[in-house]
Amino acid sequence: MPHVNSLYGPLDPALDAGYVDAPPRMGFFTDTSVCIGCKACEVACKEWNLVPESGLDLLGMSYDNTGALTANSWRHVAFVEQPRSVGWATPAFRDTPDGPPVSPETAAVGAHTSTDTGTYPGLPPGSPAAAARMSGGPEFLGMPGAQPPGRGAGAEGRTDFRWLMMSDVCKHCTHAACLDVCPTGSLFRTEFGTVVVQEDICNGCGYCISACPYGVIDQRKDDGRAWKCTLCYDRLGVGMTPACAQACPTESIQYGELDELRERAAARVATLHERGVPEARLYGHDPNDGVGGDGAFFLLLDEPEVYGLPPDPIVTTRDLPAMWKRAGLAAMTMAAATAVAFLGRRP
Amino acid sequence: MAEAHPVGFQWVMAAKRRGAKVFHVDPRFTRTSALADSYLPIRAGTDIALLGGVVRYILENELDFREYVVSYTNAATIVTEEYLDTEDMHGLFSGFKEENASYDQKSWRYEGIGQNAATRDTETQRETAAGLEHESHGAPVNGQTERDETLQHPRCVYQILKRHFARYTPEMVERVCGISQEKFLELAQAWTQNSGRERTGMLVYSVGWTQHSVGVQYIRTGAIIQLLLGNMGRPGGGVMALRGHASIQGSTDIPTLFNLLPGYLPMPHHADHPTFDEWVDSIRHPGQKGFWGDARTYGVNLLKAYWGDAATAENDYCYGYLPRMTGDHGTYQQVLNMIDGKVKGYFLLGQNPAVGSAHGRAQRLGMANLDWLVVRDLFMIESATFWQHAPEIETGEIVPEECRTEVFFLPAASHVEKEGSFTQTQRLLQWREKAVEPPGDARSELWFFYHLGRIIRERLARSTRPRDRALLDLSWHYPTHGPSAEPSAESVLYEINGYEVASGRPLSTFTEMKDDGSTAGGCWIYTGVYADGVNQAARRKSRHEQDWVAAEWGWAWPANRRILYNRASADPDGNPWSERKKYVWWDPDKAEWTGYDVPDFEKKKPPSYRPPAGSSGVAALAGDDPFVLQGDGKGWLYAPTGVLDGPMPTHYEPVESPVRNPLYRQQANPTRKVYTHPINTLNPSPPEEHSQVFPYVFTVSRLTEHHTAGGMSRTVRPLAELQPEMFVEVSPELAAEVGLAHLGWAHLVTTRAAIEAKVLVTDRLTPLRVDGRIIHQVWLPYHFGFEGLVTGDSANDLFGISLDPNVLIQESKVGTCDVRPGRRPRGQDLLDLVVDYRRRSGDLGPHYPPQVTTDAADSGRDREV
Repeated sequence: MPHVNSLYGPLDPALDAGYVDAPPRMGFFTDTSVCIGCKACEVACKEWNLVPESGLDLLGMSYDNTGALTANSWRHVAFVEQPRSVGWATPAFRDTPDGPPVSPETAAVGAHTSTDTGTYPGLPPGSPAAAARMSGGPEFLGMPGAQPPGRGAGAEGRTDFRWLMMSDVCKHCTHAACLDVCPTGSLFRTEFGTVVVQEDICNGCGYCISACPYGVIDQRKDDGRAWKCTLCYDRLGVGMTPACAQACPTESIQYGELDELRERAAARVATLHERGVPEARLYGHDPNDGVGGDGAFFLLLDEPEVYGLPPDPIVTTRDLPAMWKRAGLAAMTMAAATAVAFLGRRP
Repeated sequence: MAEAHPVGFQWVMAAKRRGAKVFHVDPRFTRTSALADSYLPIRAGTDIALLGGVVRYILENELDFREYVVSYTNAATIVTEEYLDTEDMHGLFSGFKEENASYDQKSWRYEGIGQNAATRDTETQRETAAGLEHESHGAPVNGQTERDETLQHPRCVYQILKRHFARYTPEMVERVCGISQEKFLELAQAWTQNSGRERTGMLVYSVGWTQHSVGVQYIRTGAIIQLLLGNMGRPGGGVMALRGHASIQGSTDIPTLFNLLPGYLPMPHHADHPTFDEWVDSIRHPGQKGFWGDARTYGVNLLKAYWGDAATAENDYCYGYLPRMTGDHGTYQQVLNMIDGKVKGYFLLGQNPAVGSAHGRAQRLGMANLDWLVVRDLFMIESATFWQHAPEIETGEIVPEECRTEVFFLPAASHVEKEGSFTQTQRLLQWREKAVEPPGDARSELWFFYHLGRIIRERLARSTRPRDRALLDLSWHYPTHGPSAEPSAESVLYEINGYEVASGRPLSTFTEMKDDGSTAGGCWIYTGVYADGVNQAARRKSRHEQDWVAAEWGWAWPANRRILYNRASADPDGNPWSERKKYVWWDPDKAEWTGYDVPDFEKKKPPSYRPPAGSSGVAALAGDDPFVLQGDGKGWLYAPTGVLDGPMPTHYEPVESPVRNPLYRQQANPTRKVYTHPINTLNPSPPEEHSQVFPYVFTVSRLTEHHTAGGMSRTVRPLAELQPEMFVEVSPELAAEVGLAHLGWAHLVTTRAAIEAKVLVTDRLTPLRVDGRIIHQVWLPYHFGFEGLVTGDSANDLFGISLDPNVLIQESKVGTCDVRPGRRPRGQDLLDLVVDYRRRSGDLGPHYPPQVTTDAADSGRDREV
């Protein structure tokens, strides 16, 4: 059930924002199991939206030289090299004279290299330890039988290997904290249920940056304004597909009505499970999650943390009413106490 | 494929969604491998051993599509007694001539045929890349052959093939390629199981296969497998080349090659083809089966298209005006000639040899020794600024103030700024409209050449010299339009299509062409693309509005036929092999061939037709001869002539290899094209001494983010930032061995150059166990150069020049090198480093490995185990 103030739980965001006869909610379903890492989405986005350069740096994070979603990168393809098996495939390096895998170490080196992108907060400073852990796949928690097949091949060297690719983007949350905290109304909810920044109204206060549970929105240092994916609002209005989805050659990025995309995604997960890919799972599809479901959700082949996504995002304004309530209560108590103090004074 | 052809890869993904199993064979784990069901790491340059293993697997287990093989291939044909195999000759075929390292192909011929119709000696064939001429038609051979359809005759092709590949066992594949037997068998089983009556498999290759000193034989091995499995001429089958650029297929059909004229007519050779008739006879080979019997018609029409009214029967249609070859005029010979001062001027159109061609230093030094150079490109590329910014400035080899080359840079229109056609790998022509006007002075190639020709002709208008007649008599009338007088591309297409000279009516098919000068046509195989005066290449009927063959999308040569040799999609009696793979078949009621596609066969010739003795040309094709352009109407498992390095593929090591050939005494392709020029020194390979100075194998290819030599991507911000630096990928094992750190520097050294790159240590590279040794391979992108937003050393600088003998393609996918930590030295120190390596590898002068490997070289080691 949606929260009484519409800050939590499932709802139709366009309706909630006051649109009458709004079109169906539109969104992205990004199926990472067919992503080939071509980065056409990144280029198409930059060309259509005239997004400036985000730095000419070799980051050493596999083929990812973008680093993260920033004010100057509204699509970001993550590349994760992992010494673990792909469910359906023959182990890549079976019978080759390899040593132990190096992916965790190179990821750790790569995590150090982020340089100033001219945006704030820009690329995350990098956590070498976390990067190493993530590229090694999910952690072994000591439970019996939890070791995924092929892990810890150890002595005879690496046999299993997989390369995950995933195109990340603004999630266009059902409950968008960035929008809730925006004091100027620069961030607004469109009739398609998406969240857009109007650059000519943004005053650069930066509240939205700390509000975003995914670390998506970011500001340019030169003008201070916040920028992020608009889900190509200027294309949607005339019935066009967003630039990234249009450019995606393998239909990894699918654009459409969110309800239909959710059905399609559920079917795809079922197919993958049938074909021996038990690790396939959806992320951000559930209207009951901490942000009321994402307008842009994903099919992942590993834990969200491996792709740099928060495992359990919660809209940062969820507890606002309760907080205000408590603050109000505290204020009233204070006032009452003061009143009592005064009233109680003997004449 | 995901790496270099991401858009085409969508169809692999579509197939995968429907349950297809994807195998990927590559020296490094790429974006394609990430999506494949099975990845096979392979030692670069050993694909013939792998594919040969598949051939053996098919033959030993009798998994070939027997009915197809017997009827449609030359499996049953008997070969002469004189033929001796590599198995008997230590890796050479019979007929090898030591004096010029080429084959006399006489002993390869079919039984009972006096001499192959090949007229030119093999040396000339190699010099002129004659193998290319066979791209659309078989090499000359007589039509009537002796056959044993039981395939038991010891000298039938089937048995010869079986013996030739008998030693390509799974153990040998493992030993040569570094691919485990288990993985090899998984591949071989999947491939064979997916072929037959009900199923077909397609083979898709790219320059990873062609750019080798045995490049043509790679493709030949693939073709043999496809023929054995019955995958040719059938839907879902075939051998498809993924081209490196748009319209590379078009640039061989209407060629930008020195040895071909449009429609695969050979460029005349001054000694072999002095007269028109001799030229025509060398193409049609009297006595041979098939459609090349009409070569005279195609030749006359081409000359009529070039010289219009001036071309008459009396003057042999101006045959005398055609340029003549005198030898090798290929791109690498030209560059060496430039260095030697024999070439004065050079046009570069959309090509960046300073970065993109093998031996970059030779390319740059050659261009620095011209009188003039014209560069037409979208951006200021390295080939236009070498005199100013080349790495040779730092070493003092080029001095900008003294460089004599005058460079003219002319901005070019991009593909969206001009109209024209692209021909893709399926031979499909697709018309392209102009979307925007080119900026500033940028112009199309059509504009450039039309007006260049116009101006030269105006300058020469009053000339009386005979040598200017060829230019002045040209038919050079194309309507122009717009403020910049852009010629009409459609009028060029009309001329290519061909027309009746008297009426101007466009021809509908090449069978309408006449050899009396009453028709003209610029490229006979393209005739029909402008049928009825309609630009058929511009057709864009949606695939949802027509059947799955989609015959009304664009136009495919010849005759809008989507699958060549599609007679083979029906059995010998003319019935479809299966309902599932039904495509073209014989309709007995109407007594004609019919189906979803345009039948690649005479429409009314029944399957039972057998030609009378002594016939030739089209009439000699039997009703079950589906390969209608081959001299015997059959698909060739064994090439009795035409392939210069052997009738069957054989594994030779790359010219530069750290490994002794495990299969034969002969180390590398004995007939490869060698350039003995002081600049072109090569690294030693076993059994020569000092090969251990260059212990590592390097291979180069593309990244998705960049295009070829980088002129169109390193100059564009959103692309440049995605791969911003030159890097080398190494395995963790090699990094430990050499002392390389992730994101640190390394430099690579060959006898030509030393280049530096950032290090990416990655699990995607793996050492391989080859013939009992551990072999390390490194991988580099070849996109980087010294111009653009992002720059770096060029990987192609590392290569020497060694060419395949058939088509003169360079071996630029594999070489040997040393890898050292840190940045390379600068200036004179850089030259000293390379010289030091040459000294250590045994020879300060130019070094060329011997073409023929002798016993002595091996110090008595017996390789024939």
